[in-house]
Amino acid sequence: MKVLVPVKRVIDYNVKVRVKADGSGVDLANVKMSMNPFDEIAVEEAIRLKEAGKADEVVAVSIGVKQAQETLRTALAMGADRAILVVAADDVHTDIEPLAVAKILAKVVEEEQPGIVLCGKQAIDNDMNATGQMLSALLGWSQGTFASELDIEGETAKVTREVDGGLQTISVKMPAIITVDLRLNEPRYASLPNIMKAKKKPLDEKTAADYGVDVTPRLEIVDTKEPPARAAGIIVGSVDELVEKLKEAGAV
Amino acid sequence: MAVLLLAEVTDGALSMDATAKAVAAASKLGDVTVLAAGASAAAAGEEAAKIAGVSKVLVAEDASLGHRLAEPTAALIAGLASDYEHIVAPATTDAKNVLPRVAALLDVMVISDVSGVVDGDTFERPIYAGNAIQTVKSKDAKKVVSFRTASFDAAGEGGSASVETISAAENPGLSEWIEDKVAASDRPELTSAGIVVSGGRGVGSEENFKLIENLADKLGAAVGASRAAVDSGYAPNDWQVGQTGKVVAPDLYVAVGISGAIQHLAGMKDSKVIVAINKDEEAPIFQVADFGLVADLFDAVPALTEKLG
Repeated sequence: MKVLVPVKRVIDYNVKVRVKADGSGVDLANVKMSMNPFDEIAVEEAIRLKEAGKADEVVAVSIGVKQAQETLRTALAMGADRAILVVAADDVHTDIEPLAVAKILAKVVEEEQPGIVLCGKQAIDNDMNATGQMLSALLGWSQGTFASELDIEGETAKVTREVDGGLQTISVKMPAIITVDLRLNEPRYASLPNIMKAKKKPLDEKTAADYGVDVTPRLEIVDTKEPPARAAGIIVGSVDELVEKLKEAGAV
Repeated sequence: MAVLLLAEVTDGALSMDATAKAVAAASKLGDVTVLAAGASAAAAGEEAAKIAGVSKVLVAEDASLGHRLAEPTAALIAGLASDYEHIVAPATTDAKNVLPRVAALLDVMVISDVSGVVDGDTFERPIYAGNAIQTVKSKDAKKVVSFRTASFDAAGEGGSASVETISAAENPGLSEWIEDKVAASDRPELTSAGIVVSGGRGVGSEENFKLIENLADKLGAAVGASRAAVDSGYAPNDWQVGQTGKVVAPDLYVAVGISGAIQHLAGMKDSKVIVAINKDEEAPIFQVADFGLVADLFDAVPALTEKLG
């Protein structure tokens, strides 16, 4: 079975974001970029499936700017076998919307015929939480979102999902789209020899036009601003003072 | 202009808080029709009919709709979509599972976690873990939107909408429910509680979390946790507050032993009053706290529990 893992290049999760003065978005020029943390978990899970003998090939795919090939090299260094870069934007500030990403991925799935697609549940930049579900709809496949456990058993997969009330376990028909949550696994670090080896692994480059997908955004960005700042608080000296302040504020 | 709102229905019961908050947000868009779907949903539909601002309720009952599986629920909504300009829901994990699927079936973008409604096409939503607020204008003919419940006050009761029964869509048969593991609790629900007491990595163990729970129970509060505490196994995942957990905005939020990582702040910084107790005075949580106490939580929390109430 082949596993397809879409990965996104996003601002590193440790970087403090700065809103651009013109309100068009967040400043991404000369900022450290990394693989979306949820996608790292998806790559890790795919590699573990291969190590467990349940998968025989792991293909990573990224859609965005040319620089996303760095993100794909990271996936290759972790253990993916080959990669596909679909260039769909020139400017690093252009975020391809989940609907367009899902349409391109649907074409990649048609070509590659994977038995499962493992996606991160959301990207930490636009926080939209949508691509996996949309891809699943376009393909007419089953979906298992927010997975914290995944067990593939032949024609079906057992997926434990993190939901508001606790955990839900469902069985999905294969082929399936699985979106992964934080507690599924802990991604490995790529070792130096593997980083060197990754440079020689195949990385195909395509464009959105090759797949005939229109990536024109459906959502126009009107404005981006900093969230309202909270008024400065005070440091209290003791538990007694805290209780007093809370009572004054009518909070207890 | 008509709005179809997917009610939050779990095992036949309506989640009034989440649904009523979404109704309040949706009322700004047009006439609201609520869809109550489930293996049993009639009682939930009757409840939803009482929410002020609801003009009609549709009840769809079918075994395939029983466990909020995405495929049959999305098929049902997509089948109803021609009558509505907006398809909306509270931004719960159930709705986030279903709505993007609906949007793709309709060839439109989904707009998730909306925190403000500007007009029928234009919405505000937090991005980058709430470090920026973006206003987007949809060019799609239909808008599929989930509302962040913490950002809206619940619509009141007093409505008397008509209730109509409809049939489910054909079940695509792609997935089956196996089990739910839901922790039973007498405490208030995290996303709707007036007070939340949360513990972080500093609490140190699952046993020590009793300190947090005792304080919460004294205050009649819900219990929350940081991702670090959940990842360390001190607290269950459904207690997680943050960018990828639950977003809360209670009247009082007490953060104990929580450093205040960006992704945690994303889930609680709209709380009315924030109290932080941490022994590290440099902890970022103090930057958002109204009242900060630099102290060892193992002394401060029992003392606070005793002195309150």
